[in-house]
Amino acid sequence: MGLNEIKAKKNDLITYGIVIILFAIVAVMVATGMATRHMQSILVPVCINIILAVSLNLVVGFLGELSLGHAGFMSVGAYAGCLFAIYTADILPAAVRFPLAMIIGGVVAAVFGVLIGIPVLRLSGDYLAIVTLAAGEIIRSVIINLGFTGGAAGLKGTPQDSNFIIGFVVVLITMFVIMNFVNSKHGRAIKAMRDNKIAAESCGVNLNSYKLLAFVMGAFFAGVAGVLYGHNYSILTADVFDYNRSIEILVIVVLGGIGSIRGSIISAIIITILPEALRGFADYRMLIYAIALIVMMLLNSSEKGREILSKLNFRSLGSLLKNRGAKKEVQGNDE
Amino acid sequence: MDFLSNLISGLSLGSIYALIALGYTMVYGIAKMLNFAHGDIIMVGAFTIIVSISTCGLPVWVALILSVVMCTVLGVVTERVAYKPLRKSEPLTVLITAIGVSYLLQNLALLIFGSSQKSFPSIFDISSVHIGDLSMSGESVVTLAVTIIIMIALSLFINKTRAGKAMRAVSEDKEAAELMGISVNKTISLTFAIGSALAAVAGVFYGATYGFIGPYTGSMPGIKAFVAAVFGGIGSIPGAMIGGLLLGVLESLSKAYISTELSDAIVFASLIVVLLVKPTGLLGKVIKEKV
Amino acid sequence: MMNNQEIKSHETRFVPIPSVSMLPERDIDKGPVLEVMHLGIDFGGLTAVDDFSIAIGKTEISGLIGPNGAGKTTVFNMLTNVYEPTRGTIMLNGKTTAGKTTAQVCKMGIARTFQNIRLFSRMSVLDNVKVGFHSNIDTSLFESIIHGGKYKRVEKETTEISMELLKFFNMEGLANAQAGSLPYGAQRRLEIVRALATEPSIILLDEPAAGMNPSETSELMENIRKIRDEFQIAVLLIEHDMNLVMNVCEGIAVLNYGKIIAKGTPSQIQGNPAVIEAYLGRRKDK
Repeated sequence: MGLNEIKAKKNDLITYGIVIILFAIVAVMVATGMATRHMQSILVPVCINIILAVSLNLVVGFLGELSLGHAGFMSVGAYAGCLFAIYTADILPAAVRFPLAMIIGGVVAAVFGVLIGIPVLRLSGDYLAIVTLAAGEIIRSVIINLGFTGGAAGLKGTPQDSNFIIGFVVVLITMFVIMNFVNSKHGRAIKAMRDNKIAAESCGVNLNSYKLLAFVMGAFFAGVAGVLYGHNYSILTADVFDYNRSIEILVIVVLGGIGSIRGSIISAIIITILPEALRGFADYRMLIYAIALIVMMLLNSSEKGREILSKLNFRSLGSLLKNRGAKKEVQGNDE
Repeated sequence: MDFLSNLISGLSLGSIYALIALGYTMVYGIAKMLNFAHGDIIMVGAFTIIVSISTCGLPVWVALILSVVMCTVLGVVTERVAYKPLRKSEPLTVLITAIGVSYLLQNLALLIFGSSQKSFPSIFDISSVHIGDLSMSGESVVTLAVTIIIMIALSLFINKTRAGKAMRAVSEDKEAAELMGISVNKTISLTFAIGSALAAVAGVFYGATYGFIGPYTGSMPGIKAFVAAVFGGIGSIPGAMIGGLLLGVLESLSKAYISTELSDAIVFASLIVVLLVKPTGLLGKVIKEKV
Repeated sequence: MMNNQEIKSHETRFVPIPSVSMLPERDIDKGPVLEVMHLGIDFGGLTAVDDFSIAIGKTEISGLIGPNGAGKTTVFNMLTNVYEPTRGTIMLNGKTTAGKTTAQVCKMGIARTFQNIRLFSRMSVLDNVKVGFHSNIDTSLFESIIHGGKYKRVEKETTEISMELLKFFNMEGLANAQAGSLPYGAQRRLEIVRALATEPSIILLDEPAAGMNPSETSELMENIRKIRDEFQIAVLLIEHDMNLVMNVCEGIAVLNYGKIIAKGTPSQIQGNPAVIEAYLGRRKDK
């Protein structure tokens, strides 16, 4: 086995380790009564944001395309899963119903991903970004105008089956699938495409189908996150899935480090908790995100900036624990 | 007659889109970037009017000039600070930065003006125009007329002046233009300046037409104007104009005859259709990567 | 040297076809691997390449030369279907490439490098090579996600073969470096390694010696011969370095203004007045 695989594996294990340790800490806090009700109420949202960020990172960080319709897929999944749960509430026990709802939500979102993806993915860059944004907005308007979705008033009656443990399990599954995928032949093809489309095609990579695959996988997990979301609140309205929501997920991905799964996870945790923890912060939250986006991009694009970032280890918030050897190795060969 | 008045209100809305789309298309053509924050410049322009007239009590013409100056400066400064360092970066980086700038402007406005919509002072004291049964609001007439004048002036500027020629050269090939003694930096700044000034004008018309302005006012028309620019073929000035007008009419007619709530969905769906059928838009050119 | 049976499914599908064009005599017994007939492309009314016909023997090293702008890279782009030819046919091992995508042409057995290096710069050197093996690895999406037994075995094999390939070009020490951080010469070599990883029947090298110093160039010449000898494949290269072309190529085609003006062995080409004229221009007093 090559050094690379060992490193990739080690890296993944560290990420799992961080997530599991954090879960254990929270579980102990909840069990011993150290966690307030308020704290407990944001645990599921943390899980939802992790799933959203990790799945968006697959598209932004590994495929290298910007999708601004992630919230749209989330809403499709949420409505599909919640409607299923509402109609089967009396027939199925929660232990069967909820996982099924999540699978249905994910699959429906993935189907939408295919439907939107096939025509749209011929585009790339700015065009793709704006079209995914448009697709998300179309989904939102249509949901508001449909009868069975509860329209603008929202969908009521979803059983509130979400809890932290389920959220945690779904986070682990998401991590497992996406991290394994990224390290496989298929993940390599997607990264190759990101780095050089023409060369990837010349190596036998079918650009369109891989682009679609990454896009649809992202949509699937966004849908699952949506189901989790729908089962966490008593009412589901389409307006929470507007493109601002998509951009919020993007902020998490960018701050965590584009292409860093661990970074996305840690960034999702911090960004979900911060406004809750610091009341004063909430007012300036979006302003600070905006500045952070710009500063991150500016720093990332200059030699000096990258130096500062790697010194701060801010590029991926999670790289505090990253093994330094990998970086040195790469630099060592730089002549 | 209903249809005609819907058509006219569509054209008036479309003129606003066209004004914004002109800025998008020029910036896209020359700096090769989607300036996501362009729509928010409209909001800044409109707020400048509100502050100068309602708060400071300045005369309308001073307020108009202030608004244009404010937006122009903002556009140029944004380019210098946020976009210029990224000129050699990947499109993804630039786009994320532009989204950041858009959010920054929105949230600054939110902090300064609060989230409630502010009423826009009436600045065009023009009575409605009646032609037979048909009545057109004064704003509509002015908007349409000014947009057409601006488009003609802009076309002349781009095609007849030295600076316009420099713009076209930079949009074709930055390096070659630089070697020919054209200052790429100045040309890009000028492009942003013109685009932002047009956004200010669009902001004024938007405020006058709808009467209220909030921190997020600019984002939807901004996105739709980008759709308009894509419609017409990105990089093409007459294209932006035609795209804007078409989109305005499409939106107005679908509001009138299909559904108010679904009109945005229809506008966006038409974008997807256009990109599928003719990805280069009505008047755009194909650009292929050299292998 | 490579464990071909393990991962290569398209062993030899070589079907001999009668050669219609000027194949250098000494190669006819080998039979053509690539046969191009009357290939042409127009860009908006402008004919960039016209009536381009060549045949390349199964293990032949051939050169495509000509002044700048003659259409050499355009030929490569047509051979790999990056550009769709307007006219003519391309037969690889007796099968037409018409209507195929670039990715499918790669699977059929045409690999290439690029004039302006195109590596997967943010990936490791090893991963670059492994992308080359893409079409020859058949692990399903499901296996890749659960990282099952077959996935692990195939990944291990791919890594081993990739390392062997890198070793062949003295690059095994760089396997874990980021491709974009390699020095120029190594980047050029990595492109060749990656192209070979697709297990082609013919490799197209677009100006492989560009930007190289004399010692790197002579190493490259060595490598080109090694590629042919060890992998038993054909090589078609575009190159401006005449020393390299005349030394390694067995057959040469000269392109000027999109048309072939001469074909033959290096010695025939060197003495050909049309070639000299294309490169140096016509003498006025003639």
